[in-house]
Amino acid sequence: MTEIVLREALKRGLEEALENDPTVFMMGEDIGGYGGAYAVTDGFLKKFGPERIKDTPISEQAFVGAGIGAAAAGLRPIVEFMSISFSLVAFDQIVNMAANLRYMSGGQISVPMVIRAPTGAGVQLGATHSQSFETWLAEVPGMKVVCPSNPYDALGLMRSAIKDNNPVLVAEPALLYGLKGEVPDEYYEIEIGKADVTRNGSDVTLVSYGYGMGPVNEAADKLAERGVSAEVIDLRSLSPLDMDAVIASTQKTNRAVVVDTARRTGGIMTEVAAELQQRAAEWLDGPVMRVGSVDVPWPYNRGLEQEVLTNADDVLKAVAEGFGI
Amino acid sequence: MHCVGYLASKARLSASDSLMASSTKSSSKSSAKSAKSSKNGKSGAAGLDESGVAGKTDHLDLYRQMFLIRQFELACGENYSKGLIRGFLHLYIGQEATGVGAISTLREDDYVVSHYRDHGHALARGVDVNRSMAELFGRATGTSKGKGGSMHLFDVAKRFMGGHAIVAGQLPLAAGLALAQQYKKTDGLTMCFFGDGSTNQGLYHEVMNLAAVWKLPVLFILENNMYGIGSPIETVRAGGIDFYPGMATYGIPAVEVDGMDVLAVKEATEIAVARIRKGDGPQFIEAKTFRFVGHSVADGQKYRGQEEVNEWEERDPVSTFPKKLIEMGLATSDQIDEIKAEVDEAIAKAVEFAVSSPEPDLSEIHNDVLAP
Repeated sequence: MTEIVLREALKRGLEEALENDPTVFMMGEDIGGYGGAYAVTDGFLKKFGPERIKDTPISEQAFVGAGIGAAAAGLRPIVEFMSISFSLVAFDQIVNMAANLRYMSGGQISVPMVIRAPTGAGVQLGATHSQSFETWLAEVPGMKVVCPSNPYDALGLMRSAIKDNNPVLVAEPALLYGLKGEVPDEYYEIEIGKADVTRNGSDVTLVSYGYGMGPVNEAADKLAERGVSAEVIDLRSLSPLDMDAVIASTQKTNRAVVVDTARRTGGIMTEVAAELQQRAAEWLDGPVMRVGSVDVPWPYNRGLEQEVLTNADDVLKAVAEGFGI
Repeated sequence: MHCVGYLASKARLSASDSLMASSTKSSSKSSAKSAKSSKNGKSGAAGLDESGVAGKTDHLDLYRQMFLIRQFELACGENYSKGLIRGFLHLYIGQEATGVGAISTLREDDYVVSHYRDHGHALARGVDVNRSMAELFGRATGTSKGKGGSMHLFDVAKRFMGGHAIVAGQLPLAAGLALAQQYKKTDGLTMCFFGDGSTNQGLYHEVMNLAAVWKLPVLFILENNMYGIGSPIETVRAGGIDFYPGMATYGIPAVEVDGMDVLAVKEATEIAVARIRKGDGPQFIEAKTFRFVGHSVADGQKYRGQEEVNEWEERDPVSTFPKKLIEMGLATSDQIDEIKAEVDEAIAKAVEFAVSSPEPDLSEIHNDVLAP
């Protein structure tokens, strides 16, 4: 085991793929000479050369689309957005091309492409740079969406994403690049589509992913202090969504709180809550409680932003309101 | 027979070797001149005489392909009226010379990428006529098992990479396929068709820039049929109806050809293809062409007069090319009739194949969403 930060874990996953598979290459804005907006690809240009570490024009549609074409021709491109908010200008390519190509070609084409994108609020970047659109893309059939909450998952999910034969969005919580965690020295992968029960408990199930795992774990600690045993689930993957794991846990605890740090309305937790109430209704002792960030454009001011962003108190409040515990 | 493109393109191609900005400017003038002279019938059959590339068989094959596309499209229209083909249906009638002439220059390992008016490109690329027709009928035997439809024909074995229905959306796909060819150090190339309407998408400019910056082996073929759906180019584009001069901005060598002249298109494409294989990077051909029918079968064509259509129809490659071949002694009317009979039979069989093919099983709904 080695303790590394999440950025290093991602870097390790990318680096070993570049070393071991000549069809893997990277594209993105300033990933080469500059080293990447969050320094994940720092040093790659020197090590792998400009043919495999391609700095692109600021043309998200064009380079994501080029990644799709390269993937359709049998390569394994990894493309990077500087922010998931910038994915909006390339949504047509991601949805209409990357995700739809296989189906509309009757299975003739596959698009083994990884899209990496920093996601989430909390660093005062204002409305256009703080969003969490992994929740939107999780709705699109034909692609997969993962989001790690710690270095171990970041490496395991990145390895699986690169080996996957489909377009996979790896949403990287921007606030967690510096998060430390233990990573085994021996090789492992994390299966895409399987949630992780990170804490066993019996009184209430708390579900989240990515940056949301921080507030959830903090809330679970505080609940433990007052004798409430929380089971915590990290979705790891938004698509495919591991509802079986969430339902199994809820059958045990009979209470569920779903927690998103993205905006509350229309996020992935809306889906989790809806599925839970339909598929686990007879096990529920109360409503499925839903927590998410406030439905406003992200404000710049720190006080305002922190108030909008989901935190542990919001989770505790939901537990108290929903279940009186 | 118009050989505007052939003659003019030769001049422009050599001019574009040197200084892009100034050469395209002057080339646009020379194009206007040669267009006039050809209308006076001066340039005659130079394309045939000088080409020395296409033998008799090639000429007949070009004709066969154009006629196949024409008859295929007419059959599509007919079966649309019968309700056997549904959805949107965009016919390639009138534009056959462009697709056939351009694609005839390719190797098997090259890629072809098309837009939503894709039947002609698919057939010219050798995609099976039966399976293409079956796809339009939504049948299980179709190229995409009935899941794609008219706008989404694919045949990866033929390296025909679609049929794409978001305007300009196919351009970066082509750039990416070309990027893979470059990455794998092959001398293969990707031919990408798009219409004049797509040039007003920002993506068009993004891709031209990317292709030029990375020197990608991609051949852009603009099928300028003068209308973006129902909007005449001049009403939606600043700068007139010529697009190729604008390529100077990206340093991409660009020529204009008469898209109604299959040999002119073939010649210009051969030159561009050779340059790409040599490693010269992206090339651009603007084929001036015209669809004799509406944008889709639902189009009443209220935006243009019959006179304009008639004028272009006089240059219909499917009727003028065989006449020219006979005149030049490169084909006999018997040969032409034979081809017509063969094609008509093939189309009748294709329709029969489609009609008699099974609907896709409902279990197919969940297949092909994700790759294993």
